Amino acid sequence: MAIYVGPIIIIPSWIYLNSKIIRISRVNKISSIADFIGLRYGNSRSLSAIIALVCILAIIPYIALQIKSISETFHLITVTENSTSILFDSSTYVVIIIALFSSYYGTKYVDASEKRLGIISAVAAESFFKLIFFVILGLFVVYGVFNGFEDIYRQAEKLPDFAAKNSFNGLEGSFNWFLMLMLSMSAIFLLPRQFHTAIIENRKEKHIKTAIWLFPLYLLIFNFFVFPIAWGGKILFFGQDVNPELYSILIPQKFGNIFISTLVFFGGLSACISMIIISSISLSIMLSNNIIIPYGWLDKFKSENDTDNTKSIVNIRKVSIFLLIISGFIFYKYLLLGKSLFSIGLVSFVLIAQLGPSFFGAIFWRRGTYAGSVSGIIVGVLLCFLGLILPSFSENFVQSEFYQSEFFSFFKIPYLSPITQIFFWSMLVNSALFILISANTVSNYRERNYAELYVDIDDYIQNHENAYIWKGTANVSDIQKILVRFLGQKKTEQALKIFNLKYNITDESDTADSRFIKFSENLLSGRIGTASAKILIEGVTKEDKISLPEVLQILEESKENISINKQLSEQSSQLLKLSGDLQVANINLIEKDQQKDEFLDSVAHELRTPLTAIRATSEILLDDEDMPAELKKDFLKNIISESDRLNEIINDILYLDKLETGTISLHISENNIIETFKKSLKPLLHLFDQRHLHHSEVHLLENEIYRFDEQRMIQVFQNILGNALKFTNEQGMIQTKFQEKDDQLKISIFNTGKTIPEEDLEFIFDKFYQSKNQNLRKPIGSGLGLAICKKIMIAQNGNIEVKNKEIGVSFEIYLPKENESVPNADDQNM
Amino acid sequence: MKKIVIADDEHKIIMTLEYAFKKAGYEVFIARDGSEVLELLKTEIPDMILLDIMMPNIDGYTTLAEIKKDKNLDKTKVIFLSAKTGEADVKKGLELGADDYITKPYSIKKLTERVEELLK
Repeated sequence: MAIYVGPIIIIPSWIYLNSKIIRISRVNKISSIADFIGLRYGNSRSLSAIIALVCILAIIPYIALQIKSISETFHLITVTENSTSILFDSSTYVVIIIALFSSYYGTKYVDASEKRLGIISAVAAESFFKLIFFVILGLFVVYGVFNGFEDIYRQAEKLPDFAAKNSFNGLEGSFNWFLMLMLSMSAIFLLPRQFHTAIIENRKEKHIKTAIWLFPLYLLIFNFFVFPIAWGGKILFFGQDVNPELYSILIPQKFGNIFISTLVFFGGLSACISMIIISSISLSIMLSNNIIIPYGWLDKFKSENDTDNTKSIVNIRKVSIFLLIISGFIFYKYLLLGKSLFSIGLVSFVLIAQLGPSFFGAIFWRRGTYAGSVSGIIVGVLLCFLGLILPSFSENFVQSEFYQSEFFSFFKIPYLSPITQIFFWSMLVNSALFILISANTVSNYRERNYAELYVDIDDYIQNHENAYIWKGTANVSDIQKILVRFLGQKKTEQALKIFNLKYNITDESDTADSRFIKFSENLLSGRIGTASAKILIEGVTKEDKISLPEVLQILEESKENISINKQLSEQSSQLLKLSGDLQVANINLIEKDQQKDEFLDSVAHELRTPLTAIRATSEILLDDEDMPAELKKDFLKNIISESDRLNEIINDILYLDKLETGTISLHISENNIIETFKKSLKPLLHLFDQRHLHHSEVHLLENEIYRFDEQRMIQVFQNILGNALKFTNEQGMIQTKFQEKDDQLKISIFNTGKTIPEEDLEFIFDKFYQSKNQNLRKPIGSGLGLAICKKIMIAQNGNIEVKNKEIGVSFEIYLPKENESVPNADDQNM
Repeated sequence: MKKIVIADDEHKIIMTLEYAFKKAGYEVFIARDGSEVLELLKTEIPDMILLDIMMPNIDGYTTLAEIKKDKNLDKTKVIFLSAKTGEADVKKGLELGADDYITKPYSIKKLTERVEELLK
């Protein structure tokens, strides 16, 4: 029970812990827990090898367990006997097939820190099916064999050991229970298989958040049926010698339900296979990267050809996986037969837990040292060996004087089970050694460097290469040669390009700095492990020793640099934005400037035209004394009218400018729109008569009161009516229609006559537009009238548009029904 | 009698030019835009055309280009009269083949002298 509760309790701390571990691993291209711990304590080859050994020692029995359950259930389901000879045991071949498959499938990528999405998807699918099958089995046992949960517990109560199994057994039991909880909690972080799936295969940090609710839910559903099945089995097989681990297959088989027992077999089989595969992959990475390659095999990668080297790495891993599984099988065959699944599993957990102090110390404690870590782990493992492994395999040892001695029994805590007892003592001694020795040894600069990098990973995550301290002499070309040997020419060049881009490096100098060294080590780490990467790089560089205070100083500087960098990049992005804004403003100004130029050109042109007439006329009048009186009068009249025109243009320009700058204030008040229109029309009526034009009005309004500036509206009406007067054909007509449409007052002033060319429609309200477009008949006005009308209407929250109709042109003036908001100066400045 | 065409869309400007050139002894033809000029040229071969640039329907530039295509009008002189006074405008007018480019407002006296000079 505690085995399942532990993970559920520890899961919430995942968010914090795992995101930290994931970041550290990603930044350093870490591919196993041995890399993780070894790198922290000075990228130590020996420490990571020790850790790899501990893992292998702990996990091979675990693999053996899986093989055991595969082979036992296999025999159970096929109803065959377990053969004593390996060669004639059918399960041997099943295991060999699994081993071959794993070694092929697990080594598709050379870079061990690479993500294998396929495997993870397979595991996910396997877990899902296992759950479904288990739920089916649970339902079968509870409702098919028994009559629901109550029935099982009623019958179970009669069993002799029911009470004992369902309580904590007082304080002593609770202490036992608590230690088991601790054990499973540390296992979920430290098991190579867990580390691999949770850290190395993690693609996005936010996936942790999903895992936090999904994983406990998964375990809870599982636990929901574990007890009924276990008790059901006890009831059914009471008094018989039956392994309780096989209840799940035996119960359906007893009732002849082959379907369900097969289902459960496959669920269990796939689960075991996936555990074997993942475990062996993670172990093989450690075996190859932390033991085989750094100890001896490195010299074998002499080939200049990266494919050869890659092939040897892959082969090492393939053979490792195969050997690991096979040794698991041998372990099972010769050492494990007949032992309980549960206790062997727990021994594995206790062994793995020995990595705990160094592991958690790596993340939280800067003072932890190599010496502390190594001594803690070695002594812890030794204790496990003495207390758990030896006694269970060697009867002689149990009988020996040493084991029976006073010394040994001194440490025996009577109420603890042997496993929790050893867990307790080994962890106590391990942690104590780790802390005491660490506190009394001085870490070397490399350890201190990584200590900072691990504990404060969030400070360095961006440009972590900056935080790596290295002094000495190194050449880019030498390092590059090594990279090519493992990555190939193309990938190396690509990687260097990325590096140069990241740090803005443009100079061609051959001197490698600390960033480049760390970068190169990372590139190699994924393939051959951090320790071997360091050894390879060390081979072509000459490193100077740095004192500890120097390390701390450099780190402090780099932290400052990073924060300064952050500030700088913030400032530069602000500047960039500012310069963007300025550019836009500049473009706007240039555009405005151009508009102003065009406007001035137009103004000059408009002013010169009447001026030309005035000048020429005056010149003629001056020179020509014998001009007929009648003609003389006409010419003088022209001078007057052209002078008036000049003045009108000047007035309009000034007026438009005031409208644009908003210096004219609107006097918006409630007015009767019909009355206002009549006021506008009155002074023009005689012109209508002169030209024999007919004017009519159509009123469709319920309400005639609107809010607007009356003087401005009169100006707009007169302008549009004046325009209509100019362009209406002889005997034509002008019609003004008042109506309400879409909550707006709409006034259409329509005149018969020539329509406006389509291409001119959208420009007609532009300043001087008429004079610029040669296709448009020139009006007598300033060329600013319509532009002024548009400005006035928009300032009153209204609008004015023009539309061609079948036999003429219609100007449509809009005013909002509710014109409450008096527009401010900005709104008028359009 | 030399024939002169006055092309402008401003009535009051036409009045002055018409008076001045009639008095100077020319036969004067009036056109209010480019299309009227081209219409006129179908029947008349004038000695001089005074051409405004900014006219409705067909502008002065297009009118001149049409004139240049007509071989019958090889000897006809063209002067642009325009309120467009920018250097670029003047250059463009002369490049199109106008004999002169006179900016508005002009002196009637100088204009008539220039016309006479070109027609010598």
